[in-house]
Amino acid sequence: MPATSDAVWSAQDTTPDAIEAALRELLVARHAENGGYAPARALNMIAFVDRAWSGEIANRLRGVGRYHASRLIVLSYEPSREHLDARATVASEGDPRPGELSLLRETVIVEIGKRHLDDLLTIADPLVVSDLLTLLWSPHGHHEVVRELLPLVQAVLLDSVDEPEPREAIAQARALLEDAYVVDLAWLRTTPWRERLATAFDPAEMRRQLHTLTSVTIHHHPESAISAMLLIGWLASRLGWRLNPLVAHEGTLTGKASGRRQDIELRLLATPQQQVRGLAGLELETASGLRLRLDRGPGGLHAHRRDAKGNERAWTMLGASRGEAGILGEGIRQALLRDPTFAPALAAAGEIVP
Amino acid sequence: MSTIEQQPDNPLVEGLERLPVAPTSLVIFGATGDLARRKLLPALYNLAHEGALPERFNLVGVSRKEKERDDYRAECEEAIRAFSRRSPDEEVLAGLLEHVKYVPGTFDDESVYRELARVLDGFDEHTGEKLNRAFYLSTAPEFFPVIVEALGAQGLDRAEDAEVRVIIEKPFGTSLAEAAELNRSVLDVFEESQVFRIDHYLGKETVQNMLAFRFANGMFEPLWNRNYIDNIQITAAEDIGIGSRAGYYDHSGALRDLIQNHMLQLLCHVAMEPPVNFTAEEVRNEKVKVLRAIHAPSAAEVPQMAVRAQYGPGHAGGEDVAGYLEEEGVREGSITETFAALRLEVDNWRWAGVPFYLRAGKRLARKITEIAITLKPVPHLAFSAEGSLGIRPNQLVLTLQPNEGVSLQLGAKIPGTRMIIRPVNMEFLYGTSFLSQSPEAYERLIMDAMRGDPTLFTRNDEVEAQWEICDPIVSAWAATPGPLPQYQAGSQGPSEANEILVEGHSWRAI
Repeated sequence: MPATSDAVWSAQDTTPDAIEAALRELLVARHAENGGYAPARALNMIAFVDRAWSGEIANRLRGVGRYHASRLIVLSYEPSREHLDARATVASEGDPRPGELSLLRETVIVEIGKRHLDDLLTIADPLVVSDLLTLLWSPHGHHEVVRELLPLVQAVLLDSVDEPEPREAIAQARALLEDAYVVDLAWLRTTPWRERLATAFDPAEMRRQLHTLTSVTIHHHPESAISAMLLIGWLASRLGWRLNPLVAHEGTLTGKASGRRQDIELRLLATPQQQVRGLAGLELETASGLRLRLDRGPGGLHAHRRDAKGNERAWTMLGASRGEAGILGEGIRQALLRDPTFAPALAAAGEIVP
Repeated sequence: MSTIEQQPDNPLVEGLERLPVAPTSLVIFGATGDLARRKLLPALYNLAHEGALPERFNLVGVSRKEKERDDYRAECEEAIRAFSRRSPDEEVLAGLLEHVKYVPGTFDDESVYRELARVLDGFDEHTGEKLNRAFYLSTAPEFFPVIVEALGAQGLDRAEDAEVRVIIEKPFGTSLAEAAELNRSVLDVFEESQVFRIDHYLGKETVQNMLAFRFANGMFEPLWNRNYIDNIQITAAEDIGIGSRAGYYDHSGALRDLIQNHMLQLLCHVAMEPPVNFTAEEVRNEKVKVLRAIHAPSAAEVPQMAVRAQYGPGHAGGEDVAGYLEEEGVREGSITETFAALRLEVDNWRWAGVPFYLRAGKRLARKITEIAITLKPVPHLAFSAEGSLGIRPNQLVLTLQPNEGVSLQLGAKIPGTRMIIRPVNMEFLYGTSFLSQSPEAYERLIMDAMRGDPTLFTRNDEVEAQWEICDPIVSAWAATPGPLPQYQAGSQGPSEANEILVEGHSWRAI
């Protein structure tokens, strides 16, 4: 890992214009220092965080690996604050040798108070790099702030798991989708499962079985029912199922979907043993008697398949766990992409939420 | 009357970045070699780490060295730990190694293929389904026909209810005759659709980006022809010498090692017409048209369009370095070129009269791979040239390495009271604009081969068309005694390279 070097500017009771000017000067100074320094220009990211928890957020952002936003603007909120204080850092990955390139990434931390909330747009707007996509993340809620900043951003990063009620989470994400692209970490936690299901049902004879599914059971972290609902929503939207609300019964959500040929039993079970957010396991059965079960395990997803004749096979689909830091990094990366299946899956999930 | 059953699309793949790959057993011939250790095994590990390998995957190493399966696994593990681009996850690594087997023996030994068939059948039986089979030929090229023939003789070229593919490393022949003969040998056994000839340059994001650059941006294509472009220079310069590769390099040289394959592919990407779509056949058809439009020189023409040289002693990286002939393992009096430069012309409507200069060399001033497109000068310069600092025609430079990017050289006014112009650069660097890192070329190519997508592989007629251009040069040089012109290590290359330039042209500084 190359050593990093930082150029830092800070000021109290400052203004957005002064911060922006300082950033420009820092960049010019770094370029003059070494022509191999080049500012990264992939993505702006605005993080609105409660100051009391800003350290935790900083740690999470440090863990995203190579998926750092090129300019990160942290709006650190402390209700009683009266003045804007700011600290800008232009960090390089290392000192480039002749002919080499070293990326510069900019981080601006702006301390703001309640009195600034009505003017947030005018504080953040001068700080984003023009013509770059801007991603907004508000990990501590503050939906009103998200709405205030929406005109400035093209994508919003959220984690539906953070919402206590799945219904609220889905409503929030659907509302945001009307104005911006939404990257939901709860959805990204289902990616390996979706990829593996797509693979398992890719052979021609298996594709035909997709439309004969009779039951889907999903085991999930107790807080991650929303991920399970999104996965059901994805299957429903891809396979043309009609959905009805699930019913809660002793920690299990059950319900029924209507496929082209038959109904599909749906079951979502909380798994208290699961340590991390996301899914723990998945089981599908078809009308022919085929059963496919995938379980989270060391080194990848463990698969178990029983065919219509009762023959059983078990194997591991290799893949390293991304961890929560990896999921957040993936969320930042996804802001630059577009997944056309998320919105239909979200809409379908809205139909099963109890 | 027969009916064709329409296979339904897989509705679950839309929106996924990683597309499904059918369960596969991959066999690497030359499994203990340098390429396997440094590139193939780390690439396979990284694919496993990302969850990109097929859900059922087995690896069989085949090599002459006698060893036990566990010893081979230990070697695989060591290679992955040493050369993987990321630290291995212990569970994933263990999972990958669990499915590794080893078959020792010489490549002409029938019993090796019988044992291989037994191992592959065993995988199928254990899995309960027919796995696709991919044979990766990572051996010395003289074994390619031997292995292919043996695979055919043992019936390993086909499998019921499964796809069988063969992946062939470079060099694909060392002459036109050899390449054609190798094609014949391979196609006697396999269908062309089963054959994946590696040119690892095609797996580089940078090369694929060239097509995006040309065909996703409307501003360049109107200028991309003989009316506006004066000349094109493609450079692949290395600052290092041959290192420990004398055994290979001294029988190859810069022309065969880089120009015949990689650099002609770059030329194709620059000069090809927009394909109707980006399917493998359409892209490769367009590339072949370019190659066929290049005039292959006669023996008499070679000295006017091709130059070769060897590096002599000099300085590199602040140290004294030996000349090529003093390098360990190089034959005494070798006439293998470490620098080659060509002037080619693409004789078609778009490019007639535009010289394409190609040069490749070792121990040059620095490492760079770039394509420089020089536009014609403006017809009339309204400013007085007096005081201006070298007004030059616009130059568009696509840099492939080390810093992938695009720069456009423009004339701009120097601030002040007088209209004095000097060239400035408008630069775009890929590294600044994307969060993701480019995957290793071999990761992409292995996946594409297992998926059966040949877009980034060289077709049989493409290889032969490349050789048709280079073969007369190889022959002419082989017939010309040495010694070769020398250039100082760490320099811009031999002055003789200027002799093939059209009057008024000059090489870009390396």
